[in-house]
Amino acid sequence: MPVVQDLAFWILSVVAIAAALGVVLVKDLFRSALLLAVVFISVAGFFVLMSAEFLAVVQVLIYVGAISVLFIFGIMLTRNVREGNVPNRLQIPAVMCASLLLVGMIAAAINTDWRPIPEAAAQMVDAAQTQSVAGATVGGPGAGYGEQDTGLAELLIGDFVLPFEAVSLLLLAALIGGLALARSRGS
Amino acid sequence: MSCQLASDSILYANGIYRLVYEIVGVVLPCWVAYAIAGLVFAFILVNAVLLGAAVITWGERRVLGRFQNRVGPNRWGPFGLFQPVADLVKLLTKEDLRPEGSDRVVFSLVPVLMVAPLILMTAVVPFARNTALASLNVGVLFILAVSSITSVAIFMAGWSSNNRYAMFGAARAVAVLISYEIPVVLSLLGVVMVAASMSLGTIVEAQALPFFLVQPLAFLVFMAGMSAELNRSPFDVAEAESEIIAGYHTEYSGVRFALIQAAEFGGVGVVAAIAATLFLGGWSGPWSEYLGWLWFLIKTGIIVFLFIWFRATYPRLRIDQIMAFSWKFLLPLAMVNLVVVTLEVFLLRGDDGVLTHTDLAIMAAINLAVTVIAIAVFGNLIKDRVTFRTRQPQQVVVPGVSTIEVS
Repeated sequence: MPVVQDLAFWILSVVAIAAALGVVLVKDLFRSALLLAVVFISVAGFFVLMSAEFLAVVQVLIYVGAISVLFIFGIMLTRNVREGNVPNRLQIPAVMCASLLLVGMIAAAINTDWRPIPEAAAQMVDAAQTQSVAGATVGGPGAGYGEQDTGLAELLIGDFVLPFEAVSLLLLAALIGGLALARSRGS
Repeated sequence: MSCQLASDSILYANGIYRLVYEIVGVVLPCWVAYAIAGLVFAFILVNAVLLGAAVITWGERRVLGRFQNRVGPNRWGPFGLFQPVADLVKLLTKEDLRPEGSDRVVFSLVPVLMVAPLILMTAVVPFARNTALASLNVGVLFILAVSSITSVAIFMAGWSSNNRYAMFGAARAVAVLISYEIPVVLSLLGVVMVAASMSLGTIVEAQALPFFLVQPLAFLVFMAGMSAELNRSPFDVAEAESEIIAGYHTEYSGVRFALIQAAEFGGVGVVAAIAATLFLGGWSGPWSEYLGWLWFLIKTGIIVFLFIWFRATYPRLRIDQIMAFSWKFLLPLAMVNLVVVTLEVFLLRGDDGVLTHTDLAIMAAINLAVTVIAIAVFGNLIKDRVTFRTRQPQQVVVPGVSTIEVS
Protein backbone atom coordinates (compact mmCIF):
# COMPACT_ATOMS: atom_id res chain seq x y z
CA MET A 1 0.00 0.00 0.00
CA PRO A 2 2.02 2.98 -1.26
CA VAL A 3 -0.40 5.57 0.21
CA VAL A 4 0.07 4.26 3.72
CA GLN A 5 3.82 4.15 3.19
CA ASP A 6 3.88 7.75 1.96
CA LEU A 7 1.85 8.83 4.96
CA ALA A 8 4.20 7.00 7.32
CA PHE A 9 7.20 8.54 5.56
CA TRP A 10 5.88 12.08 5.99
CA ILE A 11 4.88 11.57 9.61
CA LEU A 12 8.30 10.10 10.37
CA SER A 13 10.06 12.91 8.51
CA VAL A 14 8.21 15.64 10.37
CA VAL A 15 8.82 13.94 13.72
CA ALA A 16 12.49 13.31 12.96
CA ILE A 17 13.20 16.87 11.81
CA ALA A 18 11.21 18.48 14.63
CA ALA A 19 12.94 16.32 17.22
CA ALA A 20 16.35 17.01 15.67
CA LEU A 21 15.70 20.75 15.85
CA GLY A 22 14.56 20.27 19.41
CA VAL A 23 17.81 18.52 20.31
CA VAL A 24 19.73 21.64 19.32
CA LEU A 25 17.31 24.34 20.41
CA VAL A 26 15.96 23.06 23.74
CA LYS A 27 17.83 24.54 26.69
CA ASP A 28 17.31 21.61 29.06
CA LEU A 29 20.08 19.07 28.36
CA PHE A 30 18.03 16.15 29.65
CA ARG A 31 15.18 16.95 27.30
CA SER A 32 17.63 17.23 24.39
CA ALA A 33 18.89 13.75 25.15
CA LEU A 34 15.31 12.43 25.17
CA LEU A 35 14.58 14.18 21.87
CA LEU A 36 17.70 12.57 20.45
CA ALA A 37 16.18 9.20 21.36
CA VAL A 38 13.07 10.25 19.42
CA VAL A 39 15.25 11.03 16.39
CA PHE A 40 16.84 7.58 16.64
CA ILE A 41 13.45 5.88 16.82
CA SER A 42 12.16 7.77 13.76
CA VAL A 43 15.28 6.76 11.84
CA ALA A 44 14.46 3.17 12.79
CA GLY A 45 11.03 3.83 11.30
CA PHE A 46 12.68 4.83 8.00
CA PHE A 47 14.59 1.57 8.01
CA VAL A 48 11.32 -0.34 8.43
CA LEU A 49 9.86 1.57 5.48
CA MET A 50 12.81 0.42 3.39
CA SER A 51 11.99 -3.12 4.60
CA ALA A 52 15.26 -3.39 6.50
CA GLU A 53 13.70 -4.72 9.70
CA PHE A 54 16.97 -6.06 11.03
CA LEU A 55 18.66 -2.69 10.74
CA ALA A 56 15.67 -0.97 12.34
CA VAL A 57 15.66 -3.30 15.32
CA VAL A 58 19.41 -2.97 15.79
CA GLN A 59 19.07 0.80 15.54
CA VAL A 60 16.60 0.82 18.43
CA LEU A 61 18.62 -1.69 20.42
CA ILE A 62 21.92 0.18 20.14
CA TYR A 63 21.01 3.83 19.76
CA VAL A 64 17.99 4.04 22.05
CA GLY A 65 18.85 1.27 24.46
CA ALA A 66 22.55 1.96 24.83
CA ILE A 67 23.70 5.31 23.44
CA SER A 68 20.82 7.42 24.76
CA VAL A 69 21.20 5.80 28.15
CA LEU A 70 24.91 6.56 28.03
CA PHE A 71 24.16 10.22 27.27
CA ILE A 72 21.68 10.40 30.11
CA PHE A 73 24.19 8.85 32.50
CA GLY A 74 26.68 11.48 31.33
CA ILE A 75 24.20 14.29 31.93
CA MET A 76 23.38 12.87 35.34
CA LEU A 77 27.03 13.08 36.33
CA THR A 78 27.42 16.64 35.03
CA ARG A 79 27.32 19.54 37.43
CA ASN A 80 25.05 22.53 36.84
CA VAL A 81 22.91 20.81 34.25
CA ARG A 82 20.01 23.18 34.84
CA GLU A 83 22.01 26.04 33.34
CA GLY A 84 21.84 24.35 29.97
CA ASN A 85 24.53 24.58 27.35
CA VAL A 86 26.99 27.12 28.64
CA PRO A 87 28.95 28.66 25.72
CA ASN A 88 32.70 28.19 25.81
CA ARG A 89 35.82 28.70 23.70
CA LEU A 90 35.05 25.75 21.44
CA GLN A 91 32.12 27.52 19.77
CA ILE A 92 33.98 28.63 16.64
CA PRO A 93 35.69 25.26 15.94
CA ALA A 94 32.34 23.55 16.55
CA VAL A 95 30.61 25.80 14.02
CA MET A 96 33.36 25.08 11.50
CA CYS A 97 33.18 21.34 11.99
CA ALA A 98 29.39 21.33 11.75
CA SER A 99 29.43 23.43 8.56
CA LEU A 100 32.03 21.20 6.93
CA LEU A 101 29.99 18.12 7.84
CA LEU A 102 26.82 19.72 6.48
CA VAL A 103 28.52 20.64 3.19
CA GLY A 104 29.95 17.14 2.89
CA MET A 105 26.61 15.48 3.53
CA ILE A 106 24.75 17.73 1.09
CA ALA A 107 27.41 17.00 -1.54
CA ALA A 108 27.05 13.27 -0.90
CA ALA A 109 23.25 13.47 -1.10
CA ILE A 110 23.39 15.37 -4.41
CA ASN A 111 26.00 13.14 -5.98
CA THR A 112 24.36 9.86 -5.02
CA ASP A 113 22.53 8.08 -7.82
CA TRP A 114 19.08 7.71 -6.19
CA ARG A 115 17.63 4.98 -8.36
CA PRO A 116 15.16 2.49 -6.93
CA ILE A 117 16.86 -0.89 -6.87
CA PRO A 118 15.79 -3.23 -9.67
CA GLU A 119 13.29 -5.99 -8.95
CA ALA A 120 15.84 -8.82 -8.95
CA ALA A 121 18.10 -7.05 -6.50
CA ALA A 122 15.13 -6.26 -4.28
CA GLN A 123 14.26 -9.94 -4.12
CA MET A 124 17.84 -10.75 -3.22
CA VAL A 125 17.77 -8.19 -0.41
CA ASP A 126 14.50 -9.66 0.87
CA ALA A 127 15.97 -13.15 0.80
CA ALA A 128 19.05 -11.93 2.63
CA GLN A 129 16.92 -10.35 5.32
CA THR A 130 14.73 -13.37 5.74
CA GLN A 131 17.85 -15.19 6.78
CA SER A 132 18.27 -13.82 10.23
CA VAL A 133 21.87 -13.15 11.16
CA ALA A 134 22.57 -16.18 13.28
CA GLY A 135 20.18 -18.37 11.37
CA ALA A 136 22.07 -17.87 8.17
CA THR A 137 25.03 -20.02 9.06
CA VAL A 138 23.50 -22.88 11.01
CA GLY A 139 20.56 -25.03 10.18
CA GLY A 140 17.82 -26.37 12.36
CA PRO A 141 14.50 -28.20 12.39
CA GLY A 142 11.57 -26.55 10.75
CA ALA A 143 13.76 -23.98 9.10
CA GLY A 144 15.97 -25.68 6.58
CA TYR A 145 18.00 -22.52 6.17
CA GLY A 146 21.16 -24.58 6.02
CA GLU A 147 21.53 -24.76 2.29
CA GLN A 148 20.78 -21.13 1.43
CA ASP A 149 23.44 -19.55 3.54
CA THR A 150 23.50 -15.97 2.38
CA GLY A 151 22.78 -12.76 4.17
CA LEU A 152 24.40 -10.51 6.64
CA ALA A 153 26.22 -13.22 8.58
CA GLU A 154 27.89 -14.52 5.44
CA LEU A 155 29.08 -11.01 4.61
CA LEU A 156 30.30 -10.32 8.13
CA ILE A 157 32.22 -13.55 8.52
CA GLY A 158 33.23 -13.72 4.86
CA ASP A 159 34.03 -10.61 2.86
CA PHE A 160 34.21 -8.18 5.75
CA VAL A 161 35.92 -10.38 8.30
CA LEU A 162 38.90 -8.04 8.69
CA PRO A 163 36.94 -4.87 9.52
CA PHE A 164 34.67 -6.98 11.74
CA GLU A 165 37.60 -8.29 13.75
CA ALA A 166 39.24 -4.85 13.82
CA VAL A 167 36.09 -3.34 15.30
CA SER A 168 35.91 -6.03 17.95
CA LEU A 169 39.56 -5.39 18.81
CA LEU A 170 38.83 -1.68 19.07
CA LEU A 171 35.92 -2.36 21.41
CA LEU A 172 38.08 -4.62 23.54
CA ALA A 173 40.73 -1.90 23.76
CA ALA A 174 38.07 0.63 24.77
CA LEU A 175 36.78 -1.78 27.39
CA ILE A 176 40.20 -2.32 28.91
CA GLY A 177 40.89 1.41 28.77
CA GLY A 178 37.64 2.11 30.57
CA LEU A 179 38.52 -0.44 33.23
CA ALA A 180 41.97 1.06 33.70
CA LEU A 181 40.50 4.55 34.08
CA ALA A 182 37.75 3.44 36.43
CA ARG A 183 40.04 1.50 38.73
CA SER A 184 40.92 3.53 41.71
CA ARG A 185 44.61 4.29 42.00
CA GLY A 186 46.66 1.87 44.03
CA SER A 187 44.07 -0.91 44.26
CA MET B 1 -18.37 -6.48 -1.80
CA SER B 2 -16.46 -9.10 0.07
CA CYS B 3 -12.77 -9.38 0.75
CA GLN B 4 -10.71 -12.52 0.73
CA LEU B 5 -7.16 -12.81 1.98
CA ALA B 6 -4.85 -14.50 -0.43
CA SER B 7 -4.29 -18.01 0.84
CA ASP B 8 -0.52 -17.63 0.58
CA SER B 9 -0.61 -14.48 2.75
CA ILE B 10 1.00 -14.81 6.14
CA LEU B 11 -2.15 -13.39 7.72
CA TYR B 12 -4.34 -16.08 6.15
CA ALA B 13 -3.48 -18.63 8.80
CA ASN B 14 -4.15 -16.13 11.60
CA GLY B 15 -7.68 -17.18 12.57
CA ILE B 16 -8.73 -14.10 14.56
CA TYR B 17 -7.36 -11.71 11.99
CA ARG B 18 -8.98 -13.49 9.06
CA LEU B 19 -12.36 -13.71 10.80
CA VAL B 20 -12.50 -9.97 11.52
CA TYR B 21 -11.15 -9.15 8.07
CA GLU B 22 -13.76 -11.18 6.27
CA ILE B 23 -16.69 -9.99 8.38
CA VAL B 24 -15.73 -6.31 8.05
CA GLY B 25 -14.85 -6.82 4.42
CA VAL B 26 -18.48 -7.66 3.58
CA VAL B 27 -19.66 -4.11 4.20
CA LEU B 28 -16.56 -1.93 3.95
CA PRO B 29 -13.72 -1.56 1.43
CA CYS B 30 -10.84 -3.97 1.78
CA TRP B 31 -8.23 -1.53 3.01
CA VAL B 32 -10.58 -0.43 5.82
CA ALA B 33 -11.07 -4.08 6.71
CA TYR B 34 -7.30 -4.52 6.68
CA ALA B 35 -6.86 -1.67 9.16
CA ILE B 36 -9.80 -2.64 11.37
CA ALA B 37 -8.67 -6.26 11.65
CA GLY B 38 -5.23 -5.11 12.74
CA LEU B 39 -6.70 -2.67 15.26
CA VAL B 40 -9.00 -5.34 16.70
CA PHE B 41 -6.05 -7.65 17.17
CA ALA B 42 -4.03 -4.86 18.79
CA PHE B 43 -7.01 -4.06 21.04
CA ILE B 44 -7.12 -7.69 22.16
CA LEU B 45 -3.38 -7.59 22.93
CA VAL B 46 -3.60 -4.38 24.96
CA ASN B 47 -6.42 -5.78 27.04
CA ALA B 48 -4.68 -9.11 27.43
CA VAL B 49 -1.64 -7.35 28.89
CA LEU B 50 -3.66 -5.17 31.27
CA LEU B 51 -6.00 -7.98 32.31
CA GLY B 52 -2.99 -10.22 32.76
CA ALA B 53 -1.41 -7.57 34.98
CA ALA B 54 -4.57 -7.46 37.12
CA VAL B 55 -4.72 -11.25 37.45
CA ILE B 56 -1.01 -11.39 38.30
CA THR B 57 -1.36 -8.81 41.10
CA TRP B 58 -4.09 -10.97 42.59
CA GLY B 59 -2.22 -14.23 41.97
CA GLU B 60 1.01 -12.88 43.39
CA ARG B 61 -0.60 -11.73 46.59
CA ARG B 62 -2.49 -14.99 47.02
CA VAL B 63 0.53 -17.19 46.29
CA LEU B 64 2.83 -15.05 48.45
CA GLY B 65 0.24 -15.39 51.19
CA ARG B 66 0.39 -19.17 50.89
CA PHE B 67 4.20 -19.09 50.96
CA GLN B 68 4.16 -16.94 54.06
CA ASN B 69 1.53 -19.08 55.79
CA ARG B 70 -1.20 -16.45 55.69
CA VAL B 71 -4.37 -16.01 53.69
CA GLY B 72 -3.86 -13.13 51.29
CA PRO B 73 -6.68 -11.01 49.90
CA ASN B 74 -9.88 -13.08 50.03
CA ARG B 75 -12.67 -10.61 50.79
CA TRP B 76 -14.17 -9.56 47.52
CA GLY B 77 -15.40 -12.11 45.01
CA PRO B 78 -14.56 -15.80 44.95
CA PHE B 79 -11.06 -16.30 46.39
CA GLY B 80 -10.72 -12.51 46.44
CA LEU B 81 -10.61 -12.50 42.67
CA PHE B 82 -12.07 -8.98 42.41
CA GLN B 83 -9.31 -7.53 44.56
CA PRO B 84 -7.54 -5.88 41.56
CA VAL B 85 -10.77 -4.05 40.71
CA ALA B 86 -10.93 -2.68 44.22
CA ASP B 87 -7.27 -1.69 44.04
CA LEU B 88 -7.83 0.09 40.76
CA VAL B 89 -10.87 2.00 42.03
CA LYS B 90 -8.85 3.04 45.06
CA LEU B 91 -5.94 4.25 42.93
CA LEU B 92 -8.20 6.09 40.48
CA THR B 93 -9.89 8.06 43.25
CA LYS B 94 -6.60 9.14 44.79
CA GLU B 95 -5.21 12.59 44.17
CA ASP B 96 -2.86 12.80 41.22
CA LEU B 97 0.09 14.65 42.72
CA ARG B 98 2.96 16.18 40.85
CA PRO B 99 5.93 17.33 42.89
CA GLU B 100 7.00 20.93 42.82
CA GLY B 101 9.96 21.64 40.58
CA SER B 102 9.32 18.54 38.49
CA ASP B 103 9.58 18.50 34.72
CA ARG B 104 5.86 18.26 33.97
CA VAL B 105 5.97 16.94 30.40
CA VAL B 106 8.59 14.29 31.06
CA PHE B 107 6.94 13.32 34.34
CA SER B 108 3.59 12.73 32.65
CA LEU B 109 5.06 10.78 29.74
CA VAL B 110 6.69 8.13 31.93
CA PRO B 111 3.67 5.91 32.70
CA VAL B 112 2.85 5.72 28.99
CA LEU B 113 6.43 4.89 28.10
CA MET B 114 6.49 2.15 30.72
CA VAL B 115 3.41 0.37 29.35
CA ALA B 116 3.95 0.88 25.62
CA PRO B 117 7.05 -1.38 25.19
CA LEU B 118 5.24 -4.24 26.91
CA ILE B 119 2.35 -4.06 24.52
CA LEU B 120 4.73 -3.80 21.58
CA MET B 121 6.52 -6.93 22.79
CA THR B 122 3.31 -8.96 22.74
CA ALA B 123 2.89 -8.12 19.06
CA VAL B 124 5.40 -10.78 18.01
CA VAL B 125 4.41 -13.52 20.48
CA PRO B 126 2.42 -16.29 18.79
CA PHE B 127 -0.62 -17.35 20.85
CA ALA B 128 -1.42 -20.28 18.58
CA ARG B 129 -0.05 -21.52 15.29
CA ASN B 130 0.56 -18.44 13.11
CA THR B 131 -1.52 -16.26 15.43
CA ALA B 132 0.66 -13.27 16.15
CA LEU B 133 -0.05 -9.67 15.25
CA ALA B 134 3.25 -9.43 13.39
CA SER B 135 5.33 -12.48 12.62
CA LEU B 136 8.62 -10.63 12.27
CA ASN B 137 11.63 -12.55 11.06
CA VAL B 138 13.71 -10.73 13.68
CA GLY B 139 11.22 -11.34 16.50
CA VAL B 140 13.73 -12.13 19.26
CA LEU B 141 15.80 -9.04 18.50
CA PHE B 142 12.63 -6.96 18.30
CA ILE B 143 11.70 -8.01 21.83
CA LEU B 144 15.17 -7.13 23.14
CA ALA B 145 15.20 -3.78 21.33
CA VAL B 146 11.77 -2.72 22.49
CA SER B 147 12.42 -3.78 26.07
CA SER B 148 15.52 -1.59 26.14
CA ILE B 149 13.28 1.49 25.81
CA THR B 150 12.17 0.85 29.40
CA SER B 151 15.53 2.00 30.75
CA VAL B 152 15.03 5.43 29.17
CA ALA B 153 11.56 5.62 30.74
CA ILE B 154 12.97 4.75 34.16
CA PHE B 155 15.59 7.47 33.80
CA MET B 156 12.89 9.94 32.83
CA ALA B 157 10.94 9.04 35.97
CA GLY B 158 13.97 9.45 38.21
CA TRP B 159 15.10 12.71 36.67
CA SER B 160 11.77 14.48 36.33
CA SER B 161 10.61 13.68 39.87
CA ASN B 162 13.09 16.15 41.33
CA ASN B 163 13.68 13.73 44.20
CA ARG B 164 16.96 12.24 45.35
CA TYR B 165 15.48 8.86 46.13
CA ALA B 166 13.81 8.67 42.74
CA MET B 167 17.15 9.47 41.09
CA PHE B 168 18.98 6.82 43.13
CA GLY B 169 16.30 4.29 42.30
CA ALA B 170 16.53 5.12 38.60
CA ALA B 171 20.34 4.88 38.58
CA ARG B 172 20.19 1.52 40.32
CA ALA B 173 17.44 0.21 38.07
CA VAL B 174 19.26 1.20 34.91
CA ALA B 175 22.57 -0.21 36.15
CA VAL B 176 20.83 -3.53 36.77
CA LEU B 177 19.05 -3.39 33.40
CA ILE B 178 22.26 -2.78 31.45
CA SER B 179 24.22 -5.46 33.30
CA TYR B 180 21.63 -8.19 32.96
CA GLU B 181 20.88 -7.40 29.33
CA ILE B 182 24.13 -9.07 28.28
CA PRO B 183 23.69 -12.57 29.78
CA VAL B 184 20.04 -12.58 28.67
CA VAL B 185 20.99 -11.75 25.08
CA LEU B 186 23.72 -14.39 25.09
CA SER B 187 21.34 -17.01 26.46
CA LEU B 188 18.83 -16.21 23.74
CA LEU B 189 21.55 -16.53 21.13
CA GLY B 190 21.79 -20.24 21.95
CA VAL B 191 18.05 -20.62 21.38
CA VAL B 192 18.27 -18.75 18.10
CA MET B 193 21.12 -20.98 16.94
CA VAL B 194 19.34 -24.24 17.61
CA ALA B 195 16.11 -23.01 16.06
CA ALA B 196 18.04 -21.40 13.18
CA SER B 197 15.63 -18.51 13.20
CA MET B 198 14.80 -15.37 15.14
CA SER B 199 11.10 -15.61 14.36
CA LEU B 200 9.16 -16.71 17.43
CA GLY B 201 6.80 -18.81 15.36
CA THR B 202 9.68 -20.78 13.84
CA ILE B 203 11.33 -21.16 17.25
CA VAL B 204 8.14 -22.76 18.60
CA GLU B 205 7.98 -25.14 15.65
CA ALA B 206 11.64 -26.05 16.13
CA GLN B 207 10.99 -27.28 19.66
CA ALA B 208 10.45 -30.97 19.04
CA LEU B 209 12.00 -31.14 22.48
CA PRO B 210 11.29 -28.03 24.58
CA PHE B 211 14.38 -25.83 24.77
CA PHE B 212 14.45 -25.72 28.56
CA LEU B 213 15.49 -29.37 28.31
CA VAL B 214 17.84 -28.82 25.37
CA GLN B 215 19.52 -25.81 27.00
CA PRO B 216 18.84 -25.82 30.74
CA LEU B 217 21.69 -23.39 31.28
CA ALA B 218 20.21 -20.82 28.92
CA PHE B 219 16.84 -21.19 30.59
CA LEU B 220 18.31 -20.60 34.06
CA VAL B 221 20.30 -17.58 32.90
CA PHE B 222 17.26 -16.18 31.13
CA MET B 223 15.00 -16.59 34.16
CA ALA B 224 17.53 -15.09 36.57
CA GLY B 225 18.33 -12.22 34.21
CA MET B 226 14.69 -11.50 33.57
CA SER B 227 13.79 -11.42 37.27
CA ALA B 228 16.53 -8.82 37.61
CA GLU B 229 15.34 -6.82 34.62
CA LEU B 230 11.81 -6.83 35.95
CA ASN B 231 13.11 -5.40 39.24
CA ARG B 232 11.70 -8.28 41.17
CA SER B 233 12.90 -9.59 44.46
CA PRO B 234 15.66 -10.75 45.11
CA PHE B 235 16.98 -8.14 42.65
CA ASP B 236 14.67 -5.29 43.66
CA VAL B 237 17.26 -2.84 45.00
CA ALA B 238 15.80 -0.25 42.65
CA GLU B 239 12.76 0.01 44.88
CA ALA B 240 14.13 -1.25 48.14
CA GLU B 241 11.55 0.13 50.54
CA SER B 242 13.88 0.15 53.52
CA GLU B 243 16.55 2.13 51.68
CA ILE B 244 15.12 4.46 49.05
CA ILE B 245 11.33 4.54 49.66
CA ALA B 246 9.98 3.22 46.37
CA GLY B 247 12.78 4.02 43.94
CA TYR B 248 12.06 5.76 40.68
CA HIS B 249 8.28 5.84 41.15
CA THR B 250 8.37 7.41 44.62
CA GLU B 251 6.59 10.55 43.45
CA TYR B 252 3.88 8.90 41.39
CA SER B 253 0.35 8.63 42.71
CA GLY B 254 -3.17 7.99 41.49
CA VAL B 255 -3.65 6.95 37.88
CA ARG B 256 0.01 7.29 36.98
CA PHE B 257 1.01 5.00 39.83
CA ALA B 258 -1.64 2.53 38.70
CA LEU B 259 -0.14 2.53 35.20
CA ILE B 260 3.39 2.01 36.51
CA GLN B 261 2.19 -0.88 38.66
CA ALA B 262 0.36 -2.30 35.65
CA ALA B 263 3.61 -2.08 33.71
CA GLU B 264 5.50 -3.94 36.44
CA PHE B 265 3.03 -6.77 36.81
CA GLY B 266 2.16 -6.79 33.12
CA GLY B 267 5.90 -7.10 32.52
CA VAL B 268 5.92 -10.31 34.49
CA GLY B 269 3.12 -11.66 32.33
CA VAL B 270 4.72 -10.61 29.04
CA VAL B 271 8.14 -11.96 29.97
CA ALA B 272 6.52 -15.18 31.11
CA ALA B 273 4.76 -15.44 27.76
CA ILE B 274 8.07 -14.90 25.97
CA ALA B 275 9.86 -17.46 28.14
CA ALA B 276 7.05 -19.94 27.52
CA THR B 277 7.40 -19.36 23.79
CA LEU B 278 11.18 -19.58 23.66
CA PHE B 279 11.83 -22.35 26.18
CA LEU B 280 8.64 -24.31 26.90
CA GLY B 281 7.41 -24.77 23.37
CA GLY B 282 4.76 -22.02 23.30
CA TRP B 283 1.47 -23.18 21.85
CA SER B 284 2.63 -26.68 20.95
CA GLY B 285 1.04 -29.44 22.98
CA PRO B 286 -0.85 -32.70 22.68
CA TRP B 287 -4.40 -33.11 21.36
CA SER B 288 -6.16 -30.75 19.04
CA GLU B 289 -4.33 -27.93 17.34
CA TYR B 290 -7.13 -25.59 18.42
CA LEU B 291 -6.01 -25.97 22.03
CA GLY B 292 -2.76 -24.07 21.33
CA TRP B 293 -3.92 -21.00 23.24
CA LEU B 294 -4.66 -23.19 26.28
CA TRP B 295 -1.16 -24.71 26.32
CA PHE B 296 0.27 -21.27 25.85
CA LEU B 297 -1.68 -19.91 28.81
CA ILE B 298 -0.78 -22.88 31.03
CA LYS B 299 2.91 -22.54 30.23
CA THR B 300 2.81 -18.79 30.82
CA GLY B 301 1.12 -19.43 34.14
CA ILE B 302 3.85 -21.87 35.14
CA ILE B 303 6.54 -19.27 34.44
CA VAL B 304 4.63 -16.58 36.36
CA PHE B 305 4.41 -19.00 39.28
CA LEU B 306 8.19 -19.53 39.05
CA PHE B 307 8.77 -15.77 39.25
CA ILE B 308 6.54 -15.53 42.33
CA TRP B 309 8.33 -18.52 43.81
CA PHE B 310 11.73 -16.81 43.36
CA ARG B 311 10.37 -13.72 45.02
CA ALA B 312 8.99 -15.62 47.98
CA THR B 313 12.17 -17.64 48.48
CA TYR B 314 15.20 -15.36 48.29
CA PRO B 315 16.10 -12.35 50.43
CA ARG B 316 17.08 -9.13 48.71
CA LEU B 317 20.68 -8.88 47.49
CA ARG B 318 22.95 -5.89 47.89
CA ILE B 319 23.74 -3.89 44.76
CA ASP B 320 27.35 -5.14 44.62
CA GLN B 321 26.15 -8.73 44.99
CA ILE B 322 23.72 -8.17 42.13
CA MET B 323 26.48 -6.84 39.91
CA ALA B 324 28.82 -9.69 40.86
CA PHE B 325 26.05 -12.20 40.19
CA SER B 326 25.53 -10.83 36.70
CA TRP B 327 29.12 -10.25 35.58
CA LYS B 328 30.88 -13.09 37.37
CA PHE B 329 28.23 -15.79 37.35
CA LEU B 330 25.52 -15.36 34.73
CA LEU B 331 27.79 -13.98 32.02
CA PRO B 332 30.31 -16.89 32.16
CA LEU B 333 27.43 -19.35 32.28
CA ALA B 334 25.85 -17.77 29.22
CA MET B 335 29.22 -17.94 27.45
CA VAL B 336 29.68 -21.61 28.35
CA ASN B 337 26.19 -22.33 27.04
CA LEU B 338 26.89 -20.45 23.84
CA VAL B 339 30.16 -22.26 23.14
CA VAL B 340 28.76 -25.70 23.96
CA VAL B 341 25.63 -25.18 21.88
CA THR B 342 27.65 -23.84 18.95
CA LEU B 343 29.87 -26.92 18.99
CA GLU B 344 26.89 -29.26 19.30
CA VAL B 345 24.98 -27.61 16.48
CA PHE B 346 28.10 -27.67 14.33
CA LEU B 347 28.81 -31.36 14.98
CA LEU B 348 25.30 -32.80 15.14
CA ARG B 349 23.38 -31.19 12.32
CA GLY B 350 23.02 -33.20 9.18
CA ASP B 351 24.21 -32.24 5.73
CA ASP B 352 20.91 -30.44 5.13
CA GLY B 353 21.57 -28.31 8.20
CA VAL B 354 18.66 -29.80 10.16
CA LEU B 355 18.74 -31.06 13.72
CA THR B 356 16.61 -34.15 14.24
CA HIS B 357 14.72 -35.15 17.36
CA THR B 358 17.57 -37.50 18.33
CA ASP B 359 20.10 -34.72 17.95
CA LEU B 360 18.07 -32.57 20.32
CA ALA B 361 17.88 -35.41 22.82
CA ILE B 362 21.68 -35.88 22.68
CA MET B 363 22.11 -32.15 23.18
CA ALA B 364 19.76 -32.23 26.15
CA ALA B 365 21.78 -35.00 27.82
CA ILE B 366 25.14 -33.28 27.25
CA ASN B 367 23.85 -29.86 28.27
CA LEU B 368 22.33 -31.15 31.48
CA ALA B 369 25.77 -32.41 32.55
CA VAL B 370 27.38 -29.14 31.39
CA THR B 371 24.81 -27.17 33.38
CA VAL B 372 25.53 -29.02 36.61
CA ILE B 373 29.30 -28.76 36.18
CA ALA B 374 29.27 -25.11 35.11
CA ILE B 375 27.05 -24.01 37.97
CA ALA B 376 29.16 -25.93 40.47
CA VAL B 377 32.43 -24.48 39.15
CA PHE B 378 31.37 -20.86 38.76
CA GLY B 379 29.26 -20.93 41.90
CA ASN B 380 32.34 -22.01 43.81
CA LEU B 381 34.46 -19.31 42.21
CA ILE B 382 32.26 -16.41 43.26
CA LYS B 383 31.08 -17.89 46.54
CA ASP B 384 32.98 -15.52 48.78
CA ARG B 385 31.95 -12.54 46.63
CA VAL B 386 28.26 -13.09 47.04
CA THR B 387 27.91 -14.54 50.50
CA PHE B 388 27.51 -12.03 53.26
CA ARG B 389 30.83 -11.12 54.80
CA THR B 390 31.36 -8.50 57.46
CA ARG B 391 34.42 -6.43 56.84
CA GLN B 392 36.91 -5.95 59.60
CA PRO B 393 36.75 -2.31 60.63
CA GLN B 394 40.05 -0.58 60.03
CA GLN B 395 41.53 1.49 62.77
CA VAL B 396 42.56 4.91 61.52
CA VAL B 397 44.54 7.00 63.92
CA VAL B 398 44.18 10.73 63.43
CA PRO B 399 46.33 12.88 65.66
CA GLY B 400 44.34 14.86 68.12
CA VAL B 401 41.12 12.97 67.51
CA SER B 402 40.00 9.87 69.32
CA THR B 403 40.20 6.72 67.18
CA ILE B 404 37.59 6.56 64.41
CA GLU B 405 36.47 3.49 62.55
CA VAL B 406 36.40 3.35 58.82
CA SER B 407 34.66 0.37 57.39
